[in-house]
Amino acid sequence: MIALETQDININYGDKSILKKVNIEIQSGKIVTIIGPNGSGKSTLLKAISGYLKPLSGQINLNGVNIKSLKKKEIAKKMAVLPQIKDVPSDITVENLVSYGRYPHLSFRKRFSNKDKSIVQWAIEKTGLKEYKDRYINTLSGGERQRAWIAMALAQKPKIVLLDEPTTYLDISYQLEVLEIVKELNVNLNLTVVMVLHDLNQAARYSDYIYVLNEGRVYSHGKPENIIKADLLKNIFKIQAHIYEDKINKCPYFIPHKIV
Amino acid sequence: MVNNIKKVIKNKAMILILLVLLFIISFFLSVGNGAVKISPAEIVKSIFFKDNNTNYQIIWNVRLPRTLVAALVGVCLSLSGVILQGIMKNPLAGPNIIGVSSGAGLFALIILILFPQYYYLVPMGAFCGALFATLIIYILAWKGGAQPTRLVLAGVAVSSLFSAGTNALMTFFPDRVQGVLNFMVGGLSAVTWEDFKMIVPYTILGLCLVIFLPNKLNILMLGDEMATGLGLNVEKTRFLFIILSSLLAGSAVSVVGLLGFVGLIVPHIGRVIIGSDHRFLFPGIILLGSSTVMLCDTLARTLFAPVEIPVGIIMSVLGGPFFLYLLKLRGENS
Repeated sequence: MIALETQDININYGDKSILKKVNIEIQSGKIVTIIGPNGSGKSTLLKAISGYLKPLSGQINLNGVNIKSLKKKEIAKKMAVLPQIKDVPSDITVENLVSYGRYPHLSFRKRFSNKDKSIVQWAIEKTGLKEYKDRYINTLSGGERQRAWIAMALAQKPKIVLLDEPTTYLDISYQLEVLEIVKELNVNLNLTVVMVLHDLNQAARYSDYIYVLNEGRVYSHGKPENIIKADLLKNIFKIQAHIYEDKINKCPYFIPHKIV
Repeated sequence: MVNNIKKVIKNKAMILILLVLLFIISFFLSVGNGAVKISPAEIVKSIFFKDNNTNYQIIWNVRLPRTLVAALVGVCLSLSGVILQGIMKNPLAGPNIIGVSSGAGLFALIILILFPQYYYLVPMGAFCGALFATLIIYILAWKGGAQPTRLVLAGVAVSSLFSAGTNALMTFFPDRVQGVLNFMVGGLSAVTWEDFKMIVPYTILGLCLVIFLPNKLNILMLGDEMATGLGLNVEKTRFLFIILSSLLAGSAVSVVGLLGFVGLIVPHIGRVIIGSDHRFLFPGIILLGSSTVMLCDTLARTLFAPVEIPVGIIMSVLGGPFFLYLLKLRGENS
């Protein structure tokens, strides 16, 4: 089943065309990663899917419905977003932050109830933050903080989560920790994940499907083993690499040798 | 650790109770002090029971309107400031940044200097000027959306343009400057129940919205992209908040003149003592803002009695150093 698709979307920043007729299809329950060199438009694509940037033309369908016809809160109940840049007041606790995830479910007539409270606790437990729930966000390590954001996204009770470079600025162990949690949630909750990653080996390891963007266009897409190939790395990422098979994780990985 | 969250809420409730006390003390100090000293007991008596002695007359005709207007002005300006600092994510944002002061100032001066016979239109004119300046700034900052940075920059540009107009007027008509001085520095002398009636609807509007809006502002603080992802219509919310702050500050400025500093400083003090969760910050700011202006106004009319200094001057003289002290304190803690 297709959870999410874009149809011929075009996006400009000023006069500069960033995305050109981009079509992607996200199968429900899969982890789909968007990769591409700097400036290829991958973050822009994610921002378009999340509804933050409005495409010049083309449309985005969520479960087959054009998101233009949906209310913002309706979208937020189905799809959670973790942008790369987010601000957080230093003096709020993890529990407090996670409770913001209930915002799309609340309204003037529907105040924060015990049900919302238990969903917040559930999200905190799912991300292993139970002992941290009363800690202030600014006292957490980078990895714990990212988990708190993921918990907030979970509290939205979405079917789809969009993650824009969730591992940026994190130490390698935290990077794996975050990606492991994403994988776990995908498997256990059947959550559809769309993310942008910089690290191609991590993309190969954690994705079911990969889209490669280059200069605002979809260059190719497919399963990791069909994407991580010498000629793609050479043509798009400008490196010469040796490709091996990671037998433990059953995915391709490469070691770059030189720039071409 | 487990009880931490309850402790946090308990602490905040405690601070709010202290602020209520501060409010009550400020009220009695403000009504009780002046050329004639009146005891709290007598104030209470005069408020609830009709009497014909002089104290009753002083309280009802002079002190009470002035104290209440001071309190409401404090509420409006501080709320306006706290909202703007929130949506612009800029610690220097205040009613001045959305042109409230410069717009109100120019319009009031045009009336006072060019059409002095219509002096009674000054509050209305100042109010319109404040809204007009805000709208211009918003339109100039709009580019597929009104980003906070662009709003701040447009605000600075438009404000300086309006201030230039104000200064030009004062240069061309130096003989009439004396009459507008009180408006420029902001003062509460000679306020009446009329002024109270002018400002009270906006205060009530502000108070109502404040009950419904803190969550939206909390969400907006997470950044535009995150807030959109949580289902908040960022542009609509921001526009609503900007108009609301302009209404609040505009109504205050139209009654007391350019008293903008409250809107910058009280929110900061509030953030330091209550934190940045707007569900607690809003009520705290209401209490703190009203107390501050009531206290400063009491000082303004008793410090050099019988000479009265404009409350704006007291506010800046006391507020400036206190503000710096808080910033230093904050810097040491983080």
